[in-house]
Amino acid sequence: MEQVVAFSALAAGIMIGLGALGAGVGIGILGSKFLEGAARQPELVPMLQARMFLMLGLTDAVPIISIAFAALLMFANPFLGQV
Amino acid sequence: MASNTPAEYISHHIQNLTFGRTEDGSLGFAHSAVEASEMGFYAINVDSMFWSLLTGLMFCTVFKMVAGKVSVSEPSKMQLFVELVIEMVAGSVKDAFHGKNALIAPLALTIFVWIFLMNLLDLVPVDFIPHLSYLAGIEYMKIVPTTDVNVTFGLSLSVFFLMIFYGIKVKGLGGFFGELAFHPFGKAFLPVNLVLETVSLVAKPLSLSLRLFGNMFAGELVFVLIAALVPFYLQFALSVPWAIFHILVVTLQAYIFMMLTIVYLGQAHESH
Repeated sequence: MEQVVAFSALAAGIMIGLGALGAGVGIGILGSKFLEGAARQPELVPMLQARMFLMLGLTDAVPIISIAFAALLMFANPFLGQV
Repeated sequence: MASNTPAEYISHHIQNLTFGRTEDGSLGFAHSAVEASEMGFYAINVDSMFWSLLTGLMFCTVFKMVAGKVSVSEPSKMQLFVELVIEMVAGSVKDAFHGKNALIAPLALTIFVWIFLMNLLDLVPVDFIPHLSYLAGIEYMKIVPTTDVNVTFGLSLSVFFLMIFYGIKVKGLGGFFGELAFHPFGKAFLPVNLVLETVSLVAKPLSLSLRLFGNMFAGELVFVLIAALVPFYLQFALSVPWAIFHILVVTLQAYIFMMLTIVYLGQAHESH
């Protein structure tokens, strides 16, 4: 029982932390490329902005999904039922 | 609320009002998360159904009302707003969809506005409606339908079936399965192609629904966490910035769901 709780807490921490790390790097690169593109060709900004937000949502979703599953581990742990 | 510790409060707030067959065989509402999961497949989340149908009805009545009173010389402000939304969706469809199908634009509009309205319920204070319904005798009430994985899977599976339907209708049965079997590597690697293409086909509805669910569930959970763990005089300082940020997420997720639906259905209409 305690072991399951401990490992679940560890798993949730790793899921949230690594997810945030990857998304942080990814969104940082996305934003910097968008600014570069906007500086080079300001007339393309509306088009680039729409696509950047689309990609932002797609990039953002993966860590958010892992956070949702980490939250599941924290508040409604399915493994506890198997002990 | 029937909860004392923060953990109880949180798990109370992420529990749907489930209706189904209880242990002794009679129909009724589940009184705990364990009871709800024991109801199995033939249980229905009444709160998700109610709020999603309500928002859907709201969308239909408002748009129908505006369409009935449409005027060229003296447009009302509501008409201008509806035209703005419709033009945005029509522009996205024109950019991303090149086939011929009169269903895509109305479908995209429905998906965008409906998901947006369902997501928008996330901005209602977390305890407002649950507490009112608690006073009215309803134990559980999770008002944001898109934080229920059943609702998002319902949406994405509808898109999935439309993808298969139009794939077969446009390319024919042979064309559709030919694309699955011969696509990336040519005829010599048929089993490999089949596995790869099937995985990427199934991953589409899966990622579509999990993306929406994950974003909305995590967002809702942050609101609930703030309400559960932060003393009441500080909650304002945390939940207001998160709500403002969440306006972006709500719109973005509705837009992405719509955009990906258009793109996927566009792929179903394209022959290689």
